[in-house]
Amino acid sequence: MTTLLWLQAAGCGGCTMSLLCAESPGALEMLEDAGIRLLWHPALSVETGAEARALLEDLAAGRRSLDILCVEGAIARGPAGTGRFQMLSGTGRSMMDWVLRLASRARHVVAVGSCAAFGGVTAAGGNPSDAVGLQYDGALSGGLFPADWRSRAGDPVINVAGCPTHPGWVTETLVLLAAGERVALDGFARPRFFADHLVHHGCPKNEFYEYKASARTLSEIGCMMENLGCIGTQAVGDCNIRPWNGEGSCTRGGYPCINCTAPGFEDPTHAFVETQKLAGIPVGLPTDMPKAWFMALASLSKAATPDRIGKNAHADRIVVPPTLRRPR
Amino acid sequence: MTRLIVGPFNRVEGDLEVALDIRDGRVARAEVNAPLYRGFERMLEGRDPRDALVITPRICGICSISQSAAAARALAAAMGLNPTPAGAEMAALIHAAENAADHLTHFHLFFMPDFARPAYAGRPWHARAVARFTAIDGSAQRTAIAARAELLHVMGLLAGKWPHTLAIQPGGVTRTPGLREKARLATTLRAFRRYLETTLFGAPVEEFVALSSPAALIGWGKGDAGLFLEIADDLALGDLGRGGGRYLSFGAYPLVEGPVFAAGVWEGGVLSPLDPAAILEDTSHAWMTGPAAHPFAGETQPDETMAAPGYSWCKAPRLAGRPAEVGALARMVVDGHPLALALALAGGGVLARVAARLLELARTQIEMERLVAGIEPAAHFMAQGRSPRAGRGAGLVEAARGALGHWLRIENGRIAGYQIIAPTTWNFSPRDAAGQPGPLEAALEGLAVEGEVPLAVQHVVRSFDPCMVCTVH
Repeated sequence: MTTLLWLQAAGCGGCTMSLLCAESPGALEMLEDAGIRLLWHPALSVETGAEARALLEDLAAGRRSLDILCVEGAIARGPAGTGRFQMLSGTGRSMMDWVLRLASRARHVVAVGSCAAFGGVTAAGGNPSDAVGLQYDGALSGGLFPADWRSRAGDPVINVAGCPTHPGWVTETLVLLAAGERVALDGFARPRFFADHLVHHGCPKNEFYEYKASARTLSEIGCMMENLGCIGTQAVGDCNIRPWNGEGSCTRGGYPCINCTAPGFEDPTHAFVETQKLAGIPVGLPTDMPKAWFMALASLSKAATPDRIGKNAHADRIVVPPTLRRPR
Repeated sequence: MTRLIVGPFNRVEGDLEVALDIRDGRVARAEVNAPLYRGFERMLEGRDPRDALVITPRICGICSISQSAAAARALAAAMGLNPTPAGAEMAALIHAAENAADHLTHFHLFFMPDFARPAYAGRPWHARAVARFTAIDGSAQRTAIAARAELLHVMGLLAGKWPHTLAIQPGGVTRTPGLREKARLATTLRAFRRYLETTLFGAPVEEFVALSSPAALIGWGKGDAGLFLEIADDLALGDLGRGGGRYLSFGAYPLVEGPVFAAGVWEGGVLSPLDPAAILEDTSHAWMTGPAAHPFAGETQPDETMAAPGYSWCKAPRLAGRPAEVGALARMVVDGHPLALALALAGGGVLARVAARLLELARTQIEMERLVAGIEPAAHFMAQGRSPRAGRGAGLVEAARGALGHWLRIENGRIAGYQIIAPTTWNFSPRDAAGQPGPLEAALEGLAVEGEVPLAVQHVVRSFDPCMVCTVH
């Protein structure tokens, strides 16, 4: 039996809402089957008020054992370092204080979503609540906990980043931890099982990308990298390999990837849906692509764009189908 | 007099604390506190106006589409742009699917588990409530979560993902559905209808929509809705937590021919048109500084000392100087549904709010099916426009929990002001300068309470389906 406590810090609750979209099996069945017992979740558990306070006190004092602490949402440290921008209601203590106490008792600490991991949208635009992630402040190592903090199992905070997180990223991380597996992490402590992929992998707009056949405005079906701010070639995530909500993803929905699994995604230096360019050339290059090669290949492939792909890129649906090839 | 602090008040979206002054076993005064501040309105200042479509949905993970829709409407108003008719219909469908999912989430995950508590052992319905509605393990909970996940395939098809999509734009939607999508959407909705009719209502949704009297409602007797109504009758939930009787709706799902559910204000049997200019946000009992103001002029300046008489991060919106209740009951009353009107005239308590949500869920299923049947794949689903150097616009929509407004001002091509009034800001507002309590505070006054976790308080608070993360954007 693996015990799990879930807290919602300064965030939107969307990662829980996303988690409940897990299918085959559903989220609750999947946790149950993995031997994970949900001690308390603010959206799901019956215990409220005094009942919930008693449970939290028992866990913080070590009277009950805690295997996994999941925190959703950033830690609001303001005003003036007091944490009073988020009081855990009924307790007279800040959420910041509760997370510090509980994390020291947990075998594993999981930051669910980019807010808990890095600060995320809660830290956007001047960061009014002085929010940080559990172990990162944006891309800087060290958040609520210092860079060298380790959980009782010896791990850093596991950053299941995303805004929101894909339900599979959360359930699979938890199932692996419950099975006693060590979850391999990337340089931002994100599980490599999803962070080793790029959003570009499996994107249905790949053929447009190959020829830089670009959409000029939203609703055109061409590649959104050149004009519409899409950074799926740089963003980590298996979003286009495993679908969201049946068969979706951002690029399948016709809007750009905004790199929501990355620290600092909330404050790009440009409008989200507009590509930053220098002398007409997009500033951000695909990950691991040398600039000179990218430029050379892009200009070559653009010149080679087949008519079908060029026309479709500027339409809101496929207007020219692939040419038929009849078997000889 | 004793003071009881109820918190953490869970099974609501976000952070909530309720302070009750109790005299002779009854609530003499209630103070509702939203104990989280994030400052979204401040984050938006100085940004490209289009960024509001990325930032504002992330206020709330459960009303994300509602925030998208309000931001898109506010931008469209500032741009002088209208969505294409087909684009407005797909935005409505995406939005309706979220609202339907939210009603289901509220009923099963947030509201009903309290009836499975041991405190109700001995009631004739208790064993059935335990089997169906026990938190996390109840059989109704599990099937509702599965039905919700399948309904949200509408999002995968049209909105990319849920929550937090960029699919809804000022000019319509980014994805053009074809015939294949139309067929798939119809299939998804048929599956959801099957769930509603075999499990939640136990009968065709049209039969539930045809109910017109509270007596017929109580006698429904079928499905999980029937079990709730049996419980409501036994515990007299109709008399519990009555509202102020003034209902506000901005009108849900604006289409070319008008909203699917009407806009307006209803009080004491009289329906009047909505006047958004009469909205004012009062800060007298919020940890906010600055004068009361219309949201086009309002600011968000937190009082970091959290000084009295403030007791919440939530401002107090008032319509023509008085509070208003918003939500599914308000929508159904303003839209003139006979059952909702009868429930409102009977006092509009816990039963009325929950029943109106079920009624709206049934009606929304029918409306979603109509929207899908009307998809013309040859249509255009998005109009193009540019955001202006200067201008302003309001986006008034209906989230699952009620009226949601965004008020946007653009100067020098950037956001100069952005004010948001969320549904629970109306319902869970603190007092105003005149001392008028917010709707929940008023509904709690006079309530008989006992013990550390008074169940009547649980039922009344959750009957509003509060969304605290929206409240304290």
